[in-house]
Amino acid sequence: MLLSKIIRTGVVTEPLNSDAVTPVELARETRLEIRRHLGRALAIREVDAGSCNGCEIEISGLTSPVYDSERFGIHFVASPRHADMLLVTGPVTRNMEVPLLKTYEATPAPKLVVAVGDCAKDCGVFKGSYAVVGSVADVIPVDVFVTGCPPEPAEILHGILAALGRSPQKK
Amino acid sequence: MTYVLEPSQPLFAVALAPLVVGFVHWLKARMQNRTGAPPWQPYFELLKLLRKEVVVSKQASWLFRCVPYIVFASTVAVTFLVPFLFVPQRFDSVGDLLAVVYLLLLGTFFLALAGLDPGTAFGGMGSSREMTVAAIAEPTIAVAIFSLALGAGSTNLGRIVRQALADPTTAISPGHLLAFAALFIVALAETGRLPVDNPATHLELTMIHEAMILEYSGRHLALIEWAASLKFMIFLSLLANLFVPWGVATDFTPTALAAAVIALLLKLGLLAVLIAALETRVAKLRLFRVPELLGVSFVLALLAVTSSFLLR
Amino acid sequence: MKTLFLAMCAAYGLGAIAALVGGRNSLGRGLVALGAIAGAGVGLALGALVIATGIPFVLSVSELLPLGGGLALRLDSLGAFFLVVIGIGAIPAALYGAGYTAAYENGGVSVRLLGAMFNLFLLAMSFVTLADNVLTFLLMWEGMSLTSYFLVMTEAGEERTRNAGLWYISMTHAGLVMLVAAFLLFTAGAGSGAFADLRASAALVTANVRDTIFVLAFLGFGSKAGIVPLHVWLPRAHPAAPSHVSALMSGVMIKMGVYGLLRVALDLLGGGPAWWGGLVLGVGVVSALLGVLYALMEHDLKRLLAFHSVENIGIILIGIGAGLMFHHYGLMPLAALGFIGGLYHVLNHATFKGLLFLGAGSVLHATHTRNMEEMGGLIKRMPWTALFFLIGAAAISALPPLNGFASEWLVFQSLLAGVNIPVPEVAVLMPLAVGLLALTSGLAAACFVKAFGITFLALPRSAEAAHAHESPLSMQFGMGLLALACIGLGIAPFAIVPVLGRILAGVGGLPDAGAEFTLNVSLQTPSGFGQMSPTLIACGLLLLIGLVLSALWLFRLNRQMRLSDSWGCGRVGQTARMEYTATAFAEPLRRVFAEIYRPMKELTVDFHPGSKYFVQSIEYRSEITPWFDQSLYRPFLQSAAFVALQVRRLQAGSLHLYLLYIAVVLTVLLVVARWS
Repeated sequence: MLLSKIIRTGVVTEPLNSDAVTPVELARETRLEIRRHLGRALAIREVDAGSCNGCEIEISGLTSPVYDSERFGIHFVASPRHADMLLVTGPVTRNMEVPLLKTYEATPAPKLVVAVGDCAKDCGVFKGSYAVVGSVADVIPVDVFVTGCPPEPAEILHGILAALGRSPQKK
Repeated sequence: MTYVLEPSQPLFAVALAPLVVGFVHWLKARMQNRTGAPPWQPYFELLKLLRKEVVVSKQASWLFRCVPYIVFASTVAVTFLVPFLFVPQRFDSVGDLLAVVYLLLLGTFFLALAGLDPGTAFGGMGSSREMTVAAIAEPTIAVAIFSLALGAGSTNLGRIVRQALADPTTAISPGHLLAFAALFIVALAETGRLPVDNPATHLELTMIHEAMILEYSGRHLALIEWAASLKFMIFLSLLANLFVPWGVATDFTPTALAAAVIALLLKLGLLAVLIAALETRVAKLRLFRVPELLGVSFVLALLAVTSSFLLR
Repeated sequence: MKTLFLAMCAAYGLGAIAALVGGRNSLGRGLVALGAIAGAGVGLALGALVIATGIPFVLSVSELLPLGGGLALRLDSLGAFFLVVIGIGAIPAALYGAGYTAAYENGGVSVRLLGAMFNLFLLAMSFVTLADNVLTFLLMWEGMSLTSYFLVMTEAGEERTRNAGLWYISMTHAGLVMLVAAFLLFTAGAGSGAFADLRASAALVTANVRDTIFVLAFLGFGSKAGIVPLHVWLPRAHPAAPSHVSALMSGVMIKMGVYGLLRVALDLLGGGPAWWGGLVLGVGVVSALLGVLYALMEHDLKRLLAFHSVENIGIILIGIGAGLMFHHYGLMPLAALGFIGGLYHVLNHATFKGLLFLGAGSVLHATHTRNMEEMGGLIKRMPWTALFFLIGAAAISALPPLNGFASEWLVFQSLLAGVNIPVPEVAVLMPLAVGLLALTSGLAAACFVKAFGITFLALPRSAEAAHAHESPLSMQFGMGLLALACIGLGIAPFAIVPVLGRILAGVGGLPDAGAEFTLNVSLQTPSGFGQMSPTLIACGLLLLIGLVLSALWLFRLNRQMRLSDSWGCGRVGQTARMEYTATAFAEPLRRVFAEIYRPMKELTVDFHPGSKYFVQSIEYRSEITPWFDQSLYRPFLQSAAFVALQVRRLQAGSLHLYLLYIAVVLTVLLVVARWS
């Protein structure tokens, strides 16, 4: 019964629309060498540096059948040792500053950092708070910012692909 | 001629192994109604890992850096003994099924030590669980070997395959079918598939195999992942070629070899579909329910031997 | 040969005298070790000579003891094999002991007694293999037991040691009683105590008596070997004894039980009904499984190893039991396969268990604790000890290409060959034995991941472990010798197995099975059932590691390596309290086998007096039920104590009462004499 339902439903993954204006900002150009190394297979470690979890909900959408990040060879891993990219959300709080640094240090080179959400870029509504150290870029070097509060999964995917220097059409 | 061909068989297995894992992965993605990564994705992953830097824990010792090579070498050593395409002739007398089992245990043993080495809680947890599952799976493997050996009069893989080819009725005897079922369950447990271990999990507390290797990176991780996919392929090929040996080449003519490649790919494909369907269907078992599953497989194996005895 | 024999006795004797005369200093200790090494070396040469030539060494000094045929010695190839095992175990242990006993230099321990007893123990044990009549055998057996008792009692100042000594001496004497009974029954039929006469008369003894002799001998030798349920002294005595003595007792002395069993059941009695083999096999399986299960729950390093001795004796007995069964059914080549598997494991266990006990001794020496939960990180502080212990751990876990694998493979093959037994009811039970043996070896691997991983890896769990130091050179050298033996015996079974076959030729009517094994690099079982070559596996593994390394180098892949903290989810700092403990490691298996362990749990939580939401301290205790002590030995000991208490009433201290006793006994005796 389950199998017949699977067959009837078919593949539901939507193609990534490249026409829409995407709120992706490249903080710095990634090196060609890194693009070549990580272009076809990317492992992501997600770091919540103090976010409200809105971005996390959107990020979890990446692995859903609709957005399916795996078709681009992108998957999430449990340990920064296995990761090539840190996906950081939220303003960096005082308590998460050291863990974020440690995570960055634990990730083997070459590595990329994508900051997701407005908070990660400029602390959003938490700006100036006593508990906040600053934006992600204040703590670790960031390659790409994806703005939005929260950004949609498709936009996050765009951001990740931009860090790799890949255009979305090339699946 | 045999000197050229025989070492090419392990090479073939080592080269093909990531594809098998990738294929199962792709099938699972399709069953989840996703596009999924292409079946050859694991090759990109391995290449990427080989090019990356290695980060080693300060708390770990020299053992931690040796283990990936030991694990990889012991798994590759097994491929010399397994009839993937044809029966190894030079290498058949080097090791039998027991040697295969213990060589794989060698890898597990050192990997478990490497899990303990950096001194993290997750690593120790993974090692403890992995050794528990490995120990409880052992009796089933041994008794299944017994039942295979009973039919063939030998524990050597070559003899078992040749015997089964000579007498096709053994393949559908009840003893054989029961042993196949027992070994299939054990293969799932040993290679860390559902319902024993979830290869796709990100949650450390539910991990077994993955938890042990959380500290590995770069080329070390590549070797361990490659060895794991090779172990998966070895178990599938054993299931395919010991129980249904048709297609395994007995001579080295090009047609026989071509037929062997096609037959192997077909059989592996069928098993991959079976496993993908199973992994889509079932949930992971609680760790303390795993012994019950393995207990069932042990009983199946015992029944297999008994029925082989009675029908001999 | 006589010269060799006399040289052996002289060396041990001089070693013992040197110990008594010499002091506590390094010279005295050196002389003790020298005597033991020389004696063991010459003994090894004597054994090797007997095996090589096939000519037994005979020496009879009947005047020395004017009863029971006097002192009769004869070293045939079976005895010679065990003499070789003594030599292989004793040389490294003695070398190690020279450094190890330095710790006793300024303690309340008699180094003199230790040194003298060490040499005498080796001498007595060597004589056990040489004995050729009942009197010599039993005397030497008792000598071996008593000297080893004194060795166990080295640190007699401790309560635990005295308790262990009491257990040991009681168990070994219970065993001796069985042996005396068995031999008395046997000699009653033969009329003489000489082994040759016993062998000749064995066929004339009635079946019931033969069975009784066998069971008594099995229990007697089993108490020495440490079969379940007579194993209770091992986990007590081995931790109490100095480590080089533990290595000898566990690696070598308990094998004398196996020697005795083979000598009596196979050689003197000439084999027996199938149930003999079944009994040995069954006890072997139970010992192997329970031994390893209890070892898993042990966090005292030396107790853990002691339980593993129970396990390995079980594996040896599985091989011998299978051999006895095949012997009954007349399948001689297969019987030889079982015995060869058992004997090979005897040799291998002497090396790897000796090595592990010496390694545990070095750890104890460095950290002053046997509790694994207080160790950790020793691989960085004691690199050589760690390497040697790792080799031993891999060997005992039967990992190829080390020696444990070769002998376990043979034992497995002998069980698989059980299909050839013509009685289906018996043959059907073989797969169960195969399964349980496989479970045993899997659990052993898990246990040694724990033993090595918790002891040597990760961060030190106590200040002692953090300040541990590598042991002195003599100790490293002793361990190194055994580690080399583990590797050598592992990769050269093609050379060793035919020799074992030759040793067994003629014992109990066995043919020379050495010829059945092909002498090329592969090892093939007599029935052609299995073929395997650890030599080539070892070469292949080394070659493959080399290939992988050179391939990585050749393709110029990223060779950078960076050190960093362990990944702990971003937390600051890492302490040993975050590590997995030995208890935690064994927890899943404890839950799986809860039916056997019957664990008891105790949880005490102290709340803050103000609010129960604040916990001040939590105490968690969990123990497994020592089942054998509780249900088997405690009732027995209690009833013995009760009877002793009742008997004490007779001793009232009144002279009149004692006179009455004498009068009553005299009357009874007279009456009995009148009527009989």
